[in-house]
Amino acid sequence: MPEVDAEFTALPLRQLADAALSRARELGAEHADLRVERVRSQNVGLRDARVEYSRDGEEVGLAVRLVHEGTWGFAAGVEMTTEEAVRLAEQAVDVARVSAPVNADRVELADEPVYADATHVSAYDVDPFGVPDPQKLALLTDLCERLFAADGVDHVNASLLAVKENKFYADLAGTTTTQQRVRIVPEFTAVAVDRAQGGFETMRTVNPPVGRGWEYLTGTGWDFEAELAELPELLAARTKAPSVRAGRYDLVIHPSQLWLTIHESIGHATELDRALGYEAAYAGTSFATVDKLNSLQYGSPVMQVTGDRVVEHGLSTIGFDDEGVAGQHWDIVRDGVLVGYQTDRNMARLMNLGRSNGCAFADSSGHVPVQRMANVSLQPATDGPSTEDLISGVEKGLYVVGDKSWSIDMQRYNFQFTAQRFYLIENGRLVGQVRDAAYQATTTDFWGAMEAVGGPQTYELQGSFTCGKAQPGQGAPVSHGCPSALFRGINILNTVTEAGR
Amino acid sequence: MTGFAPILRGQEIVERALAISRADSCIVIVNDRTEANLRWASNSLTTNGAMRSRNVAVVSIVDGAVGSVGRSVSSVEELALLVSASERAAREASPAEDVMPLVEAGDPAGAWDEPPAETSIGVFREFAPALGEAFGQAKAADRLLFGFAEHIMTTTFLGTSTGLRLRYDQPTGRVELNGKTGDRARSVWAGVGTRDFSDVDIAALVQQVSGKLDWGSRQVELPAGRYETLLPPTAVADLMVYLYWVAEMREAEQGRTVFSQRGGGTRIGEKLASHSVNLRSDPHEPGLETAPFLATSVSGQGTSVFDNGMPTGRIDWIRDGELRNLVTPRWWAAKSEATPTAYIENLILEDPAGGRSTEEMIAGTERGLLLTTLWYIREVDPQTLLLTGLTRDGVFLIEGGEVTAAVNNYRFNESPVDLLGRMTEVGQSERTLPREWNDYFTRAAMPTLRIPDFNMSSVSPAS
Repeated sequence: MPEVDAEFTALPLRQLADAALSRARELGAEHADLRVERVRSQNVGLRDARVEYSRDGEEVGLAVRLVHEGTWGFAAGVEMTTEEAVRLAEQAVDVARVSAPVNADRVELADEPVYADATHVSAYDVDPFGVPDPQKLALLTDLCERLFAADGVDHVNASLLAVKENKFYADLAGTTTTQQRVRIVPEFTAVAVDRAQGGFETMRTVNPPVGRGWEYLTGTGWDFEAELAELPELLAARTKAPSVRAGRYDLVIHPSQLWLTIHESIGHATELDRALGYEAAYAGTSFATVDKLNSLQYGSPVMQVTGDRVVEHGLSTIGFDDEGVAGQHWDIVRDGVLVGYQTDRNMARLMNLGRSNGCAFADSSGHVPVQRMANVSLQPATDGPSTEDLISGVEKGLYVVGDKSWSIDMQRYNFQFTAQRFYLIENGRLVGQVRDAAYQATTTDFWGAMEAVGGPQTYELQGSFTCGKAQPGQGAPVSHGCPSALFRGINILNTVTEAGR
Repeated sequence: MTGFAPILRGQEIVERALAISRADSCIVIVNDRTEANLRWASNSLTTNGAMRSRNVAVVSIVDGAVGSVGRSVSSVEELALLVSASERAAREASPAEDVMPLVEAGDPAGAWDEPPAETSIGVFREFAPALGEAFGQAKAADRLLFGFAEHIMTTTFLGTSTGLRLRYDQPTGRVELNGKTGDRARSVWAGVGTRDFSDVDIAALVQQVSGKLDWGSRQVELPAGRYETLLPPTAVADLMVYLYWVAEMREAEQGRTVFSQRGGGTRIGEKLASHSVNLRSDPHEPGLETAPFLATSVSGQGTSVFDNGMPTGRIDWIRDGELRNLVTPRWWAAKSEATPTAYIENLILEDPAGGRSTEEMIAGTERGLLLTTLWYIREVDPQTLLLTGLTRDGVFLIEGGEVTAAVNNYRFNESPVDLLGRMTEVGQSERTLPREWNDYFTRAAMPTLRIPDFNMSSVSPAS
């Protein structure tokens, strides 16, 4: 079991906390917290099996957030000195004072137990930042070379992003937490160019981004060699595939595509800050407003959705959030009905929802924590069908694999998705890929059309490394687990026709 | 506000890093950044902040291989570790494909020795009370205001082992104001980009928002279909910025974008637009000024670390409606005999012949739709640059030269390249804030465009 990096714990974390928190208390803050974060990252890009860039990054900083006379104040800096911690506490109070004329709602936080000195380290085997660059680059180059050498592959793009996050949090109530988590996402895309006809097609790997270490590239949790070996054939089949006929189809959707539809149409729609309008000018609001809690028929009775910040290898998994709230697991949709939201401490108190479920966090010390997404997952059916069983129950349909393009409106009703692969289903059997397809639907119609969910054997934990929200913009990693699922009568567009050609 | 003196000045970091570097060549980029922001919803504050950050990137080049490491550095010891990490990365890397001699030093940039430019929460001392007043008025009228105001000051110090020293102070500001009726059934938007907030007239933004809410007092439901549509400057900006992002020479030459030519080569020289418009970038464009040189710590996506310090002047991507240039780093330009160009952080679309104001274009419309902004724009098909997205915060019906009602929202599927070819009128260009991309891109000037048959693919129930 890995431990928190000594380089991070060697920072004067407790002295900084004492300095900032006592100054905040002197200045009359009702709540104050200090966060110190170190975010290490490595970004690698390869093009046609050559490394195009490799950038190693590290951002370290500290921030004070406080409530002063009922108004938030936030200040962030980079120097790890007690003088700077004191200055940030003073600056945060100044920010609260300047903001007071525009604040009409008094900030108060829902209760949370005190965690005196808690530590959390995510589940991984090999720290990617401990593996020498030549070893990492050689493995990526080798995988790319084999793909690039395959028939019908004209170009190969690949990228790797690895992150290690350290977070120290201390507040006036007495909670002190020290955490470390690691995540990684490799991606490989094969490209076929038809110069004569002027067209091109791509096929990307459908592996999820994960809360794991370098072991993910060497056989733990995914078989990259096997997937890359199949990619050229899948790409060739796509280039030869007929264009889809627009119309209604039954869809069997694989977790590698369905996770994104869950993310957009359930994950974001059940963020309480969106439901309350805090994101109205930017990310948007939600049709799932609080007056509909416990009554909105979100989908069919087979729909069970949970939120959590605890699942192993989950990207939103952590011990404690940026308000000192411990990670939890709860229901969001039960038997098709909306029963829960993702919350933070101020909103939980405001809406009388009891304890916060721990969804307040920032992407670095330079940003203020806001309500962000938990791992939001669709549950499989115990003893449920396999993907093949689901396909066998479809007369005319499409089997959808791998996310590609996505877009949804600002209240999370109308969405449109494309995929890496759409396979035509005829009379219960796959008959090959089709091109140019997109599926378009309204959230509650779509989930209402879900006839069956697959069993646990079809379940995958997929997700996103960089979900965007808030102003200033912040990125957040989040996982979504789901089984394969069957949807009846969904609208399929032909994107070439849509382009007016 | 209390003063703040970082332990090491940016200029000092550049000099020290270059002095201790043992690489063949070295590039140092320091970004010192201060920012302040206010965010509000339902006539009240939600979040705020005053932030300071520093990133130091050291790019080492050893035997043609590149090592790039970036960190938040505040001490001499941290800097030494950063330089050696960058060198180690270069020694461990394979030779880069984009190797070129580094850019030679030119005239020294004027204010190299000055401290970094800064902003603070004080930039809102007049703005915040005016906003508070607007909240009061909105509340009285049963309306809700949402939005965001931000000011960022970034000072970039760029130094290289060829003796080049360049510095640039980039102010970036924006205000977005979203207004809704008390029942949240109708929603509208106004936004502006600014360099220093002295030109932000919150009352004028409030006026725009209430005017548009008034337009919506009559509402009609219209089905999906192709409509004559006026795309206002902010909507045009979001579409053109996307087009700009994919305007890369190498990708086009390799047959991988909408700018690739059937049979090989690119579409440079092809007439793309129905009118003699120019789509250009210019670091010296008044009000939209941005760095007149390239500074980057990574290669890829049309840029190269070897081009650091390359001067960037006015460049026409499209001239007289014809595609003229694509983004081309020096190494690729040398291969394809093109002019080296770099992404410049502003974009201007204009018809040099001028054009009518949006109001005049409305008055000249028999029946059509007027949009406010576009949202959630994503690529559906890169071959045609088909994009999908939503209309947001106000679709209005124009009948007999006047706005007569608000209409439901739509999902659209359209390509900005096709729109340039199909537009039937180009209005007067004006400074505008892109709605969707203003996290990354705030400096734009665009006209209103008239599209005779904009593809509204389906109705969105969102408001």
